[in-house]
Amino acid sequence: MSDVTIERVPKGRLGVWLLIAGEIVIFGGFIASYILARLEYPEFGSKEAAGDLNIVVGTVNTLILLISNWTMVKAHEAALEKNVAKAKSFMIYTLVLGLLFLGIKLGYEWPTDFSHGHTISSSKAIADQAPGSEVMKVSLFWSYYFLMTGFHGLHIVVGSLVIFFVMLGISGGQNLHRVELAGAYWHLVELVWVILFPMLYLIQ
Amino acid sequence: MSAHHEQSFISKYVFSIDHKYIAKQYTVTGMIFAFIGGLFAVAFRTQLAWPGTNIPFIGVLDGMKYNMLVTNHAMIMFFWAGMPILLAGLGNFVIPLMLGADDMAFPKLNMLSYWIFFVSAVLLILSFMAPGGGAAGGWTMYPPLNAQQGVDPDANFLVNLWTGGSLLILAVAVEFASMLLGGINFLVTSLNMRAKGMKLMDVPAVVWMINLATVDFMFSVGPLISGAVMLLFDRIFNTGFYDPARGGDPILFQHLFWFFGHPEVYVVLLPAIGIVAEIVPTFSRKPLFASRWIIIMATASAFIAFIVWAHHQFVAGIDPRMAEFFSITTIIISVPFAFIFFAVIATMFKGQIEVKTPMLWALGFLVFFLVGGVTGIFNGSAGLDMYIHDTYFVIAHFHYTLIPAVFFAGLAALHFWFPKATGRMMNETLGKLHFWITSIGFNMFAFPLFFSGLYGEHRRIFNYSSYQPMMADWIINIRHVATIGAMILAAAQVLLFINIILSATSGEKAGKNPWKCNTLEWVADSPPPHGNFATPPSCYRGPYEYSNPKRSGSDFWPQNEQ
Ligand code: HEM
Ligand SMILES: [Cu+2]
Repeated sequence: MSDVTIERVPKGRLGVWLLIAGEIVIFGGFIASYILARLEYPEFGSKEAAGDLNIVVGTVNTLILLISNWTMVKAHEAALEKNVAKAKSFMIYTLVLGLLFLGIKLGYEWPTDFSHGHTISSSKAIADQAPGSEVMKVSLFWSYYFLMTGFHGLHIVVGSLVIFFVMLGISGGQNLHRVELAGAYWHLVELVWVILFPMLYLIQ
Repeated sequence: MSAHHEQSFISKYVFSIDHKYIAKQYTVTGMIFAFIGGLFAVAFRTQLAWPGTNIPFIGVLDGMKYNMLVTNHAMIMFFWAGMPILLAGLGNFVIPLMLGADDMAFPKLNMLSYWIFFVSAVLLILSFMAPGGGAAGGWTMYPPLNAQQGVDPDANFLVNLWTGGSLLILAVAVEFASMLLGGINFLVTSLNMRAKGMKLMDVPAVVWMINLATVDFMFSVGPLISGAVMLLFDRIFNTGFYDPARGGDPILFQHLFWFFGHPEVYVVLLPAIGIVAEIVPTFSRKPLFASRWIIIMATASAFIAFIVWAHHQFVAGIDPRMAEFFSITTIIISVPFAFIFFAVIATMFKGQIEVKTPMLWALGFLVFFLVGGVTGIFNGSAGLDMYIHDTYFVIAHFHYTLIPAVFFAGLAALHFWFPKATGRMMNETLGKLHFWITSIGFNMFAFPLFFSGLYGEHRRIFNYSSYQPMMADWIINIRHVATIGAMILAAAQVLLFINIILSATSGEKAGKNPWKCNTLEWVADSPPPHGNFATPPSCYRGPYEYSNPKRSGSDFWPQNEQ
């Protein structure tokens, strides 16, 4: 009567897509909140706020992440060809690039921001003296900046761990479909950054 | 497919990956929390009716303790009772069985979801042990209060993390993560693991509704997770996301909260409607009226649920044009629900109705929820809501929606599927007694509150003695009646407890299909073994073929029979 069969889209792929959709809405909450604040406060674009971010370093990091996505696509292609060694080496490139991104973010960018006196916190003392002042709006920018880049960094860590364990799991040539799933998640991490980068760095 | 014939104690009873066992874990945890949440309510209602009473184990309630009980009552009932029972527990039990599958799509992820949920429950309990006690800022966690309560801006972040308010936010966020993972399992299982021949419209309504609820949850909870993280950061890292003095915006949190909060009420309502849509046809021996349209309408409402949220914020200073928009969407969303209600009621028309306990609870849901739905429309008109917002009218409204959904429909489901889950029938007499006492207690507690609310009784006051207008005799009487009702409601649950224990140990043996039902779970043994079906069933028709003239000799036609 009907030829509906089970398992049309592999369940792993479906599951990861749904996970990605769920994550997008979580980031959506941060991004929407930031946009609302950004629209209200031109101060976010000032020299003490977005203007104090290093666009060159940010661009380099964006490129690193883009390349890491390309290597991940290559790993997926290799997995489709059942070429375990090739898949593994491309996954290692991806991991190295991911860690490089994180190294630049946490090892260079954040410390530079700290040394310029920017932190996630804002001073209650100043707020009490001058509520709603420019200083406070600038510090709100930095709160958002550390919040969102930190949350994104956390996803780099999780994505890297996933790639790492998938890599360990394919050694004997089994579980190769997992490469695609790890890759899909990595694309999410990339996608979010491609939204965060212009939002935080470029719009001044 | 089931490679686990020999299971060790741990893998069978603790870290089980069997969806039926996980369903029981969720349900039992949820019921324990429902009981705790209920006791909280009895405690604070006692304070309202007889201010200054010395309450056993808690003592005399001061404002702080009162607020703590109210806050956690709501939190527990929504997130540690309502969702685990109606969504996680029920969904885990019925989805694979009704689809003819051997388990969930990702059994290990399923187990992980439960244990993440368990961690959230531990965090919730820890929040009471923090210095200063549990969170007391209201279940909606509104800043600025909730960004500051119990926080010392000069202390380091661990000190501020170890406060009731912060731990509760963390607990809620963890609970959401667990339900999110569980939801992925539900959707993938329903899309991918249906029995051979089962088209989407052959999927029983309850599975549809659980999946729609899951979609509502998954796509609305994100902003609140991020909102909760920001609130937590305001507490522990001294950020000012919601502090106007620091450029932040407290209304932002209200939007993030209610963007989730309204769909969340459908997360509880939709499964309840699904349950009733299974039970009413079975006990009327009639096909579910307009079943296809019920699904379509429910789908529509699940989407409209995303654009009504600001009806909770009419008095928060939102733009009146925006209030107009949200008033209209709120009225629009009532239409599909009205349709579904009439369709379910029409199902009973000229049916051979047999009022067994599951049916009794289902009928209770239909009658009482109507009160909640109609009063919701009052709240939804911005002008009227200015007056009744934050009064006991709203309290009465949502108790007439949530108690029918969680208690009445939830108990309908429990009585309906208990034979499948345990292999034994529940006791009818005890069940009916339990129903009537619960109904009396519930209506005694909730109905009078409409009147005190209209009179202006505000919902967040722990002792009315110093408000002369609120101390008129009749309004004091209302408080007494409501409190006694709440006590009856709580006490009645002892009957449920006895019934469950008695029936599980010595109830009548159920057999495979005690209700003569069509859906696939009744093809399996009671209780179904690990892996569910001896041979995977095929599906030949929709789930509601009752009293079909083409079928001779029986008034039902199981989905798997040719
Ligand atoms: C026709 C359907 C419904 C309509 C039109 C409606 C409308 C409303 C409105 C406008 C409010 C805000 C009142 C105020 O705070 O001033 C409200 C509150 C509430 N409703 Fe409903 N509602 C409906 C159904 C439901 C259902 C099905 C549930 C749950 C299953 C529910 C649960 C709640 C809760 C929990 C609140 C109070 C939240 C709080 O302020 O603490 N409602 N409703
Ligand atoms: Cu609402």
